[in-house]
Amino acid sequence: MIWQEIETLPRAGLESIQIRRLQGLVYRMYDRVLPYRRKMDEAGVKPGDIKSLADLRKLPYTTKDDLRDNYPFGLFATPMDDVIRVHASSGTTGKSTVVGYTQRDIDLWASVMARCLTMAGVTRGDMVHNAYGYGLFTGGLGAHYGIEALGATVIPVSGGNSKRQITIMRDFGSTVLLSTPSYALNLADAMADAGVSHEQLKLRVGIHGAEPWSENMREEVERKLGIKAVDIYGLSEIIGPGVAMECLHSEHGMHILEDNFLPEVIDPDTLEPLPYGETGELVFTTLTKEAFPLIRYRTKDISRLFIEPCGCGRTLIRMEKVTGRTDDMLIIRGVNVFPSQVEHVLVGVEGVEPHYQIEVTREGSLDVMSVLVEVSEDIFSDEIKVLEQLSKKIQAEIKDMLGVTCKVKLVEPRSIQRSEGKAQRVIDRRKI
Amino acid sequence: MRVEQIAVFLENKSGRLAEITRILAENDINIRALSVADTADFGILRLIVDKVDLAKEVLRSGGFTVGKTNVVAVEVPDRSGGLASVLKVVNEAGLNVEYMYAFVNKSGANAVLIFRFDEMDQAIAILQEKGFTLLTGAQICAL
Repeated sequence: MIWQEIETLPRAGLESIQIRRLQGLVYRMYDRVLPYRRKMDEAGVKPGDIKSLADLRKLPYTTKDDLRDNYPFGLFATPMDDVIRVHASSGTTGKSTVVGYTQRDIDLWASVMARCLTMAGVTRGDMVHNAYGYGLFTGGLGAHYGIEALGATVIPVSGGNSKRQITIMRDFGSTVLLSTPSYALNLADAMADAGVSHEQLKLRVGIHGAEPWSENMREEVERKLGIKAVDIYGLSEIIGPGVAMECLHSEHGMHILEDNFLPEVIDPDTLEPLPYGETGELVFTTLTKEAFPLIRYRTKDISRLFIEPCGCGRTLIRMEKVTGRTDDMLIIRGVNVFPSQVEHVLVGVEGVEPHYQIEVTREGSLDVMSVLVEVSEDIFSDEIKVLEQLSKKIQAEIKDMLGVTCKVKLVEPRSIQRSEGKAQRVIDRRKI
Repeated sequence: MRVEQIAVFLENKSGRLAEITRILAENDINIRALSVADTADFGILRLIVDKVDLAKEVLRSGGFTVGKTNVVAVEVPDRSGGLASVLKVVNEAGLNVEYMYAFVNKSGANAVLIFRFDEMDQAIAILQEKGFTLLTGAQICAL
């Protein structure tokens, strides 16, 4: 089923909408967002220079650093009176990335999310089990409003307490599951423990995103839960969930709702845009957002774009499942983690050496992050309890900062490999 | 009446204890007593040796984290009730034992109890007042 006609327009029709929206956006940004105006002035480009979509490449990029430099609201394009909601995600050095929404942005978000749900075959008759976290994270609330806009029934169950989630799924007759893929597997394990088989549930489809997952994981989720599992893509800077979505026909990635989110793939070194089909860094321009629009935002996600029409009839560009990052960001149980954040915590703990390593493994279906810390003579004690208190303290401070529970492993001095030049801070042993 | 003890951080991986004892042997250092405290992730080796400063130096240059702390050594007759008599006093005085370990000396007549207290000075005073024999490091090495 197609939610809006715009999804099947011939390319020329879609592109004429995009250029009109882009021109309006560039004028708005130039008038209202001083830091971006300065960037345009430095690049010697004026709003009137944007005459076609090909002129997009004249516009300067926006990066996570720009967001941090203008923390918290410096890049907002509307007065705060018009902003009715903010969300935030973790940033690289402790400052979070803050995003804002006007009423129209919230409505837009609900509508793109409803379109995504429609791509997965969700209709008004569905009972949607929304296990994305509610709160500052965009996942829970973003999906929630989309489910309501579609007219389906939302169960705002959020994350955690798997046993209760299973009871609710069984008793309420949940037909659609929204969660991170690893949480879907976690639920499957909890079902096995509780002796509940997927035949006792009415689940039909799972919509999974917010962390990388492989085809193997998809098969596992589908087999264990007896569902069709599809991929969704989004990031809070662009709007949250609802940027791109896999349809039930798609074999080559997710449809980008490009009437709102204009995609590019660039070479992260030369910053030159790449042709369709080539692998590089995903860049988005938000064509329709009011409170927090972004021009050419570098996501640091690595992907490819496909222009060929899909079997479902949509003409929207598709993006490949994200295959990596251009930076060292890790996604641990759906939470963005930068090694620099861990370093920031360790530097603040008295006596702790700056030599550390982050080890990520997957135990069962859950990501486990271990932080290896070298025990120097300053922090060493002949008493077990002193060392245990230290590792608990580090664990608590990392949890405070990142919202992720990690293990802290105390290791002998110089046991963490010092490589020449840049230290290898992260060892990712997850097989995903 | 304190005895110097060295403590070594042990990562939970094979061969570490062997490496420590190899280094001590190479430097002709004699271990008089030892204990290992361990958790799931790491351990702490505590040693009483005849050459404390040398032991600390060679282990440190061998890449280990080494600390030096003071403990109390109490000599009791090696017969039933020996340890109980000390712990009764410790308990009644409200002293907190962080950890303890014990060994029997070569003659076999006496046992030596090594204690780490929170309040070392207070513990030493009370034990001496109650008539217990406290040993020095030199005395332990001479046993």
